Amino acid sequence: MELFLQQLINGIVQGSIYALIALGYTMVYGVLRLINFAHGDVFMVGAFVGFYTAAAFKISEPSLGALFLVMTSAMCAAAILGILIERFAYRPVRKFSRLTSLITAIGVSLLLEYLAQFFFGATPKSFPTVLEIKNINITSNVTISNDSVLIIVVSILLMLVLNIIVFKTKLGKAMRAVSFNLDVAKLMGINTDFVISFTFALGSALAAAAGILYSVHFTKIDPLMGLLTGLKAFVAAVLGGIGNITGAVLGGLLLGIAEIMVSAYISSSYKDVFAFMILILVLIVKPAGLLGSAAQEKV
Amino acid sequence: MATLLRIFGWLGASILIVTILESILKTLKNYQIMGSDIITDYGLNIICLMGISISLAVSLQLINGYTGQFSLGHAGFMAIGGYVSAFTTKSLLAGSGDERGFISTLIIYVIALSIGAFASAMAGLLVGIPSLRLKGDYLAIVTLGFGEIIRLVIENIETVGGPRGYIGIPKFPNWQWLSTSAFSGTFSSMSWIFLFAILTVIVVHNIVKSSFGRSLIAIRENEIAAEAMGIDTAFYKVSAFTISAALAGFAGGLYAHLYGQLVPTTFNFVRSVEIIIMIVFGGMGSITGAILGAIVLTGLPEWLRLMAGLRADWMPQWMIKTFTYLPELRMIIYSSLLIITMLVRPQGILGQYEFSLSRLLKKNKTTKTNSEEKKA
Amino acid sequence: MKSRTFLKTLLSSLFILIIFATFIACEKKDEANNNTGNNTNTSNTIKIGQYGSLTGDKATFGQSTKKGIDLALDEANKSGGLLGKQIEMIIEDNRGLQQEATTVVQKLIDKDKVIAVLGEVASTNSIAGGQVCQEKKIPMVSPSSTNPQVTQVGDYIFRVCFLDDFQGEVMAKFAANTLKVKKVAILHDNGSDYSKGLSQFFAETFKKLGGEILVDEAYQAADSDFSAQLTKIKGLNPEAIYVPGYYTQVGQIAQQARKTGITVPLMGGDGWDSQTLFDIGKDALNGCFISNHYTIEDPDPNVQSFITNFKAKFNETPDALAALAYDAARILFDAIKRANSTDPKAIRDALAQTKEFKAVTGVITISPTRDAVKSAVVLEIQNGKYKYRETIKPDAAPAQSAAVTTK
Repeated sequence: MELFLQQLINGIVQGSIYALIALGYTMVYGVLRLINFAHGDVFMVGAFVGFYTAAAFKISEPSLGALFLVMTSAMCAAAILGILIERFAYRPVRKFSRLTSLITAIGVSLLLEYLAQFFFGATPKSFPTVLEIKNINITSNVTISNDSVLIIVVSILLMLVLNIIVFKTKLGKAMRAVSFNLDVAKLMGINTDFVISFTFALGSALAAAAGILYSVHFTKIDPLMGLLTGLKAFVAAVLGGIGNITGAVLGGLLLGIAEIMVSAYISSSYKDVFAFMILILVLIVKPAGLLGSAAQEKV
Repeated sequence: MATLLRIFGWLGASILIVTILESILKTLKNYQIMGSDIITDYGLNIICLMGISISLAVSLQLINGYTGQFSLGHAGFMAIGGYVSAFTTKSLLAGSGDERGFISTLIIYVIALSIGAFASAMAGLLVGIPSLRLKGDYLAIVTLGFGEIIRLVIENIETVGGPRGYIGIPKFPNWQWLSTSAFSGTFSSMSWIFLFAILTVIVVHNIVKSSFGRSLIAIRENEIAAEAMGIDTAFYKVSAFTISAALAGFAGGLYAHLYGQLVPTTFNFVRSVEIIIMIVFGGMGSITGAILGAIVLTGLPEWLRLMAGLRADWMPQWMIKTFTYLPELRMIIYSSLLIITMLVRPQGILGQYEFSLSRLLKKNKTTKTNSEEKKA
Repeated sequence: MKSRTFLKTLLSSLFILIIFATFIACEKKDEANNNTGNNTNTSNTIKIGQYGSLTGDKATFGQSTKKGIDLALDEANKSGGLLGKQIEMIIEDNRGLQQEATTVVQKLIDKDKVIAVLGEVASTNSIAGGQVCQEKKIPMVSPSSTNPQVTQVGDYIFRVCFLDDFQGEVMAKFAANTLKVKKVAILHDNGSDYSKGLSQFFAETFKKLGGEILVDEAYQAADSDFSAQLTKIKGLNPEAIYVPGYYTQVGQIAQQARKTGITVPLMGGDGWDSQTLFDIGKDALNGCFISNHYTIEDPDPNVQSFITNFKAKFNETPDALAALAYDAARILFDAIKRANSTDPKAIRDALAQTKEFKAVTGVITISPTRDAVKSAVVLEIQNGKYKYRETIKPDAAPAQSAAVTTK
């Protein structure tokens, strides 16, 4: 029983990371109907920015302030990166088919990965300790570390903040309008370009936050870290209903728990296969995901 | 009956072309330019790779370019074909050595490749059916998922070596009537590969120019309208997937027997993307575009390597130094190429333009008649 | 319309210019290489080829290997080169792909006309490259491929590292005889033949020596979360865990293991050896053991000067791959000297006769199967440093606990 509980906790922590990244995917898809393949790599860039910030400020002792500094700089850098990518790679192709945008997104993703490998080197780096890791004992055999708690708390917090922004602010209303119909939103006087840039900035900042939390928890960063994690986060977003914020978090948690359970009770080698199978199953059976609503296709 | 004759005609023509090509290359082998060989195994190997890339690109073009179904898992079909055919040859040819006659070995290879292609076709069927409900981005992701699942499953199958790779796949036998002892198996592999590349092009070309192909294009242009016109979109979409997968499976089998070993990581997402880049760059609606893309993108890394080793006297030091970085930049160049193509010319270099011999001939005819009319 | 035609003409002329330049360049290069068809060198450098994974997901291994070879190259060229000529090392990146390995080795041999080849780390790549070398009768020395099938490709293929089966045995013997543990769990990298091989042979030997393998869990190299497997392992209460993976993951595994509450020692192989391991794993690694070719604590002046020179050149401590690469290069250079010729066959024969070569990773003799016969050392990790524990020799003799050299 305790083993199960421990595995459950492992799953929730893993799932929260997926949730954070999935939030970004879901937002951008909701507004632009674009699967931003490069999102996972923004996650990676966030982690690296954090790494170099820590090095630049010569952070040697862990403290909450250090964590805050690192996270803020990563989120800012990522937001700027997101805006740049949208402006120079996605906006020019927006007028073409969605396929073109998808291909461009794949291109940007690969570009980021290989540029990172070229400039940062392929050797994984150790993320400096910005937070002191303490284990909290729930029972004698079940533990959770304080950074895991942080991850869970931050994910839920950001989900709530995002919900407030999207449903309770004017900007959020604009975002929802753009996601319904871009051209009508324009006609209504909404500066769609600004709204879209804002969405990207927000999503990228979230990815960077996830990147920092991930690095604090797992301590190892490398240029290709965004690839698989990003893909799984996308699965999570689809599972929960792409375009739906609560769905992203739900999907993330479910996927994380399911993965750990498969790994623990069936076989760890099939963990990734499982994630993809979930994706395919969801898309075939209920493409709208758990919390999404099916869209009618108009002629 | 006529179709059968036509098929044999095409087959015969292909074999003839390949034989001529091979003889030319064989003679060239004995000549040198400025002290180094024109033809090297290195060069031949690259040409073989181009041939396989052409088959892959053209088969992908059928699904992506002509049917408009964006498939990101093509490497998976290649993998299945490769592994299945390799498994067949390894089991059938185990320990036999020289006792088998040449013809029977030939037949074994053909059977193995066909079984591989069949397995891939089945996989294509499996992937095609869920695709019926999905469009655009979703389809792309599902095919990506399938591609990865295939790779991961293969990685867990110990009989074919798992993650360490499948080693010891017998290479192509030498064609007896063109004694190629001068070259290693690359030469004979080349004939198989080019025969097959030509066949792929012919098959896809014939499909596309037929009413079957027109239905595919109709589906690409507007699926709902096509359905309204009475086209059974389900049947055509699944067929396109199956045929495309079968061709990719064949290409995979050729790949396996060219290199003698297979590693699952070769068939990952990046490989699928590389094939996508080929048709996106060359043009998503044209076979010639696919061929162009395949040749350019397979040749690109070698060209980069060539540039990297450049040490001419007139080059400044900084230039030489930057050039040495070129091969490392290869993936960066690929992805930039993808992005730039999308930004500047989203339909690809050739778009939907097809090189057509008949059109060339027709043009000449019209100009002739025009000038005759003017005289009159 | 006019600007479009202009653009088109510009682009096409640029394209043609590039192709033209390539061809011109080609010619010039060929003129410098007056060759008569086989690779006996008549130019003024000795050309040796190197292929490795310099980019891609195995890039760290390729880059370490390259550095080791670089150092050996520098030293050799500074002391006059070989046979009176300077050595030219032509390096090609195969991006971790076996298909590329074949291509680049063919290029090295056919185009660059190298007389010998160094590479690779991953066994599948070595086999691919090896097949080409064997066909063309060019000797190849692999610094760190441990799959037995690599040297089975042919008599032109050599290696300077020990094989998977030996390393696995070493640790099993150490665990059974020195640590005296009876119950061990294994956690191996499912995507690596090295890791799988080691765990297989470890299990065989350990069971033969009376031990019990509680479970054999696996992970993928791309994973960063091992909590599921570790929790499972913890539940079975092993006395030690064998983790024969690469340093890229082991650091995290150690950290997470301690987080989960696992206190027993972890054991591993030479794949652990890198500064990155200590950077990531830190204190979690205290009390862990590895089998290795050498130790940087070895007071042997050969080893120490290697480490000093490496640090001076690259500003980092050499890992096992760099050390092996250094040795591979030096053995090759030595063979060329002994053969006193640039004929590939003569070099091959000289390589086959290498006896008692004082390398950094041990004293190497090349066996009739062209593998390296050398001992392994077992080291303990304490506070980011290695402590020598014992040497295990490559035969049926049980482990000998040599006097522990205090650090």
